[in-house]
Amino acid sequence: MSELTRLTAAELAEKIHSREVSAVEATQAHLDRITEVDPVVHAFLHVATQPALAAAAEVDAALANGNEPASPLAGVPLALKDVLATSDMPTTCGSKILEGWRPPYDATVAARLRKAGVVILGKTNMDEFAMGSSTEHSAYGPTHNPWDTTRIPGGSGGGSAASLAAFEAPLAIGTDTGGSIRQPAAVTGTVGVKPTYGGVSRYGLVACASSLDQAGPCARTVLDAALLHEVIGGHDPLDSTSIDTPVPAVVDAARRGAEGDLRGLRIGVVRELGGEGYQPEVEATFRSALSRLESLGAELVTVSCPHFDYALAAYYLILPSEVSSNLARFDAMRYGLRVQPSVDSSAEEVMAATREAGFGDEVKRRIMLGTYALSSGYYDAYYGKAQKVRTLITRDFAAAFGQADVLVSPTAPTTAFRIGEKVDNPLAMYLNDLCTIPANMAGTPAMSVPAGLAESDGLPVGLQIMAPALGEAVMYRVAAAFEAARNAAEGGPLIQRLENGLGVPV
Amino acid sequence: MPESTPDPASGAISRAEVAHLARLARLAVTEPELDRFAGQLDVILTAVARVGEVAADEIEPTSHAVPLTNVFRPDQIRPGLTQEQALSGAPASEQGRFQVPRILGEEA
Repeated sequence: MSELTRLTAAELAEKIHSREVSAVEATQAHLDRITEVDPVVHAFLHVATQPALAAAAEVDAALANGNEPASPLAGVPLALKDVLATSDMPTTCGSKILEGWRPPYDATVAARLRKAGVVILGKTNMDEFAMGSSTEHSAYGPTHNPWDTTRIPGGSGGGSAASLAAFEAPLAIGTDTGGSIRQPAAVTGTVGVKPTYGGVSRYGLVACASSLDQAGPCARTVLDAALLHEVIGGHDPLDSTSIDTPVPAVVDAARRGAEGDLRGLRIGVVRELGGEGYQPEVEATFRSALSRLESLGAELVTVSCPHFDYALAAYYLILPSEVSSNLARFDAMRYGLRVQPSVDSSAEEVMAATREAGFGDEVKRRIMLGTYALSSGYYDAYYGKAQKVRTLITRDFAAAFGQADVLVSPTAPTTAFRIGEKVDNPLAMYLNDLCTIPANMAGTPAMSVPAGLAESDGLPVGLQIMAPALGEAVMYRVAAAFEAARNAAEGGPLIQRLENGLGVPV
Repeated sequence: MPESTPDPASGAISRAEVAHLARLARLAVTEPELDRFAGQLDVILTAVARVGEVAADEIEPTSHAVPLTNVFRPDQIRPGLTQEQALSGAPASEQGRFQVPRILGEEA
């Protein structure tokens, strides 16, 4: 493996901008790495070799002309979740219904990456239409966790997280509707950030649940995530829900945090996010993370968010309701798959046959659940009550942020489970999102940072840090301080301890 | 929906109700799928019915995390997709238009 693939995005950018390494060399090193390990990992659904090398060559040419780098990440390769529209690559959302579809336009996130000179290596695997916690619901086969390839990499953004952990890319983009950035980050020992709702444009992001979906940065370090956050964040007139305020100064916050001083900060430990259903080693790792935060000068307080206990139930009513509406667009008329049972089939028969053939089980379940929850006679009992619970969760957050600057919890209740273990039990699968869902319901930012390894299985555990709306700066500061302290005490980044689980040198 | 009175508290959903939902959602599910989905949806609905325990009448619903009012943009002409781009992913097209199956003679 080339040493270039082991560097952080910040280190790689510095070498490219000082012209010690070319962007083409950096891109080629990552493409070679993908060729080497992706047959085992399966993080990518599409590798864009030629467009990536061409984009890298453009960065090199601009630097050779004496131009300033287009951004602090110009020339650095990135893996893009296959839920974001790209005009020069297929966009499938992990679904057969969009197999081979090439969008006629770029998502705003993709356009901003290109403008910043970030090199898009390809599109990453995901649970179909971002519905799942394991990437097993991809129509193109599961992604394997680089820490142990018999285990899941989390989901829905398992491809993006696994690409980072397998050193196939130093940066990735994920989307987080109920934890799809943070839970994969936790189980792969990487960093994943869900920004404040509206902080990153949803234009060109194929919708799962519009009131919850949020794209965000994934990386191996907190600083790299912050650098990527500033590239993709900010107001976009093409997304009416985009927030029209400056992007929080997360890079400065990450640098300040790395100095390791958290004195004066109050960190709230959410009482409800622990106990029954949590793997004891996850809780042990979380407790040691709390001690570390305390040793950095933070004051720990216990906070109670009683309605978080109902977040999962409310989420699995609100999400399917929005899904049942959003996925109605896959009607076999304008794009995507069309299955025609017979030559004289009606439009309705074609729609039903196409959706039956093109959607997987989890998508069908959620469409039917949402159809039920929105039905006349059931609406008030299900969807209406779920919306009230959403209000209660938001109030819990408001009260907790009155007592603490940030809140913390484990990111996921368990370490990575085995592929196949929960795929036939939807409710067991849903429980993986227990800790991550509240932030989506309230629209507040949250992130996962590697906390340590569970003793028995040697698998990563994530620390979740949650902040008030637009409070990303303090969140990154805490994350960077924790990361620096953990690295110093444990002899380096967690990810560098990734043992040879891929059958090739790591 | 079903002829019986809605009783979400029981959390039960019948195989016939799931078949009806599938028709409404334009999903031509198979008989084995119906068997499987009916059991799974029953378990899920029973679990999510918990929202009724705390959602008191006086609590305002939240539809969106960020309170939104109408968002306007200047009423200016800007480029959209060309006809060719719009048709580029169509399963079938003819004379620059989407070609679709017959819509007359539907049962529903």
